[in-house]
Amino acid sequence: MSTDVKIPQAETQALHTNGKGVKLPIYMDNHATTQMDPRVLEEMLPYFIEKFGNAASRNHSFGWAAEEGVETARERIAKLVGATTKEIIFTSGATESDNLAIKGVAEMYREKGNHIITAVTEHKAVLDTCKRLEKYGYRVTYMPVQKDGLIDLDDLKRAIDDKTILVTIMAANNEIGVLQPVAEIGKLCRERGVIFHTDAVQAIGKIPVDVNKQNIDVMSITGHKLYGPKGVGALYVRRKNPRVQLSALIDGGGHERGMRSGTLNVPGIVGLGKACSLAQEELPQESCRLAGLRNRLRDRIMNRLDETYINGSTEHRLPGNLNISFAYVEGESLLMGINDIAVSSGSACTSATLEPSYVLKALGTGDDLAHSSIRFGIGRFNTEAEVDYVADRVIETVERLRELSPLYEMAKEGINLKDVKWAGEAH
Amino acid sequence: MSYSDKVIDHYNNPRNVGSMDKGSTDVGTGLVGAPECGDVMKLQIKVNPTTNVIEDAKFKTFGCGSAIASSSLATEWVKGKTVDEALAIKNMDIVKELSLPPVKIHCSVLAEDAIRAAIGDWKKKQESTKPVAAEAR
Repeated sequence: MSTDVKIPQAETQALHTNGKGVKLPIYMDNHATTQMDPRVLEEMLPYFIEKFGNAASRNHSFGWAAEEGVETARERIAKLVGATTKEIIFTSGATESDNLAIKGVAEMYREKGNHIITAVTEHKAVLDTCKRLEKYGYRVTYMPVQKDGLIDLDDLKRAIDDKTILVTIMAANNEIGVLQPVAEIGKLCRERGVIFHTDAVQAIGKIPVDVNKQNIDVMSITGHKLYGPKGVGALYVRRKNPRVQLSALIDGGGHERGMRSGTLNVPGIVGLGKACSLAQEELPQESCRLAGLRNRLRDRIMNRLDETYINGSTEHRLPGNLNISFAYVEGESLLMGINDIAVSSGSACTSATLEPSYVLKALGTGDDLAHSSIRFGIGRFNTEAEVDYVADRVIETVERLRELSPLYEMAKEGINLKDVKWAGEAH
Repeated sequence: MSYSDKVIDHYNNPRNVGSMDKGSTDVGTGLVGAPECGDVMKLQIKVNPTTNVIEDAKFKTFGCGSAIASSSLATEWVKGKTVDEALAIKNMDIVKELSLPPVKIHCSVLAEDAIRAAIGDWKKKQESTKPVAAEAR
């Protein structure tokens, strides 16, 4: 590499090889975002200074160099998901990909119908997009989920009617890591002639995804959830059997087959491509390693603490995800107690509405347990020593906060908390 | 969001954690909030029947760090005050002392509610015991 920039490789390798001690704070919130892999940065660097050309410049070597980087990335992404290069459109990230997929299909197929089907546990990028379309006269079915977080395929069968143009169901949930039956949904949509979009940002690179085997027509991808850069994403758009067409959201120079105008973010795209090829190389061993770490964390915590509950299916789940409710302990206070560990809570004590996670509520988890939930997202750079440290810290903090909890005391006295008339319930 | 040093101090070293006999006539118990809302505070006071001075206070709280700090501070403040002085504590005093951000003001409101509920409970006990004493005369 000729660019004179130091890549913090040594530090990451130290984390990898450090068997005993742990470096604080520990990052275990890999569903929010991931640390970029230093190998990705290395691949990107030449595209800032030396190969800075506009990939759309056809008449000189600067443009060709940039275009070459982009096309290599396109191949790598396509390969990871079983697509062809012409089916990959670059965007600014998952939110744009979801918007382009849903609004693009809705507008293009308006004459065929106006009905869209999604699920209540989708990401806001999907739900809010659907809500906007409702204002423009589209009809949206928000399917409920079962207790384990999965949709019921019979519900989906019944929901599809002759006006249905799109089904949009995520591959893996960002809070509970639950995997929807994507292949079955794809098969059903194909049989009924309905376009199937899946937001696969949490799934790509973590579990095998194949657009042909799973009959996916449109799929959202993002860089920063798989150890790539932020601000870059992609949309897979099927070109054959059936050919899917999208109306563009952004008009301009006609880049990306007219579906997404705007000068390409070449370094970002190169990074996304490298992240995909790394994920593909390492997926089998890495998913096994992550599942092992996740199960270790789960067992350590649950063997020591009573009244802890896993939210969502334990069977159909991302390997690195663990979402647990700790009864009688409020999630945000738990986060405060383990402040050398970065995780997330389903409690929304800081939000204006004071509403806990809508995903957990959709599973039928009571508001009390939703307030008590913590999401652990284990990723590529987490180690066994870190998992053990996190488990110990969680256990000691939950035990301390339970001693402080009037609910725990009441439960120990044999009072059924459901029977108590709470002063706050009038609100 | 970051917490103020005082909130962190109360969270790490909560004052007056515990429970008193809620059946005792000298003890007033306030239980406010709801688990569904993510906050429940139990605040108890022990009042000297002749001086009306709050001699002891205990709390237990299910809630965020600010809720724990607000109730911990409330127990500190009511101790040594008369019942009437304690009733004068306002939630905004707690907001100020702990530098609570706007989204956490409800924690201070709950702490004020808990003080009032505990004193209310104690007062009710005093009223219900007085007629008995009058009859005995």
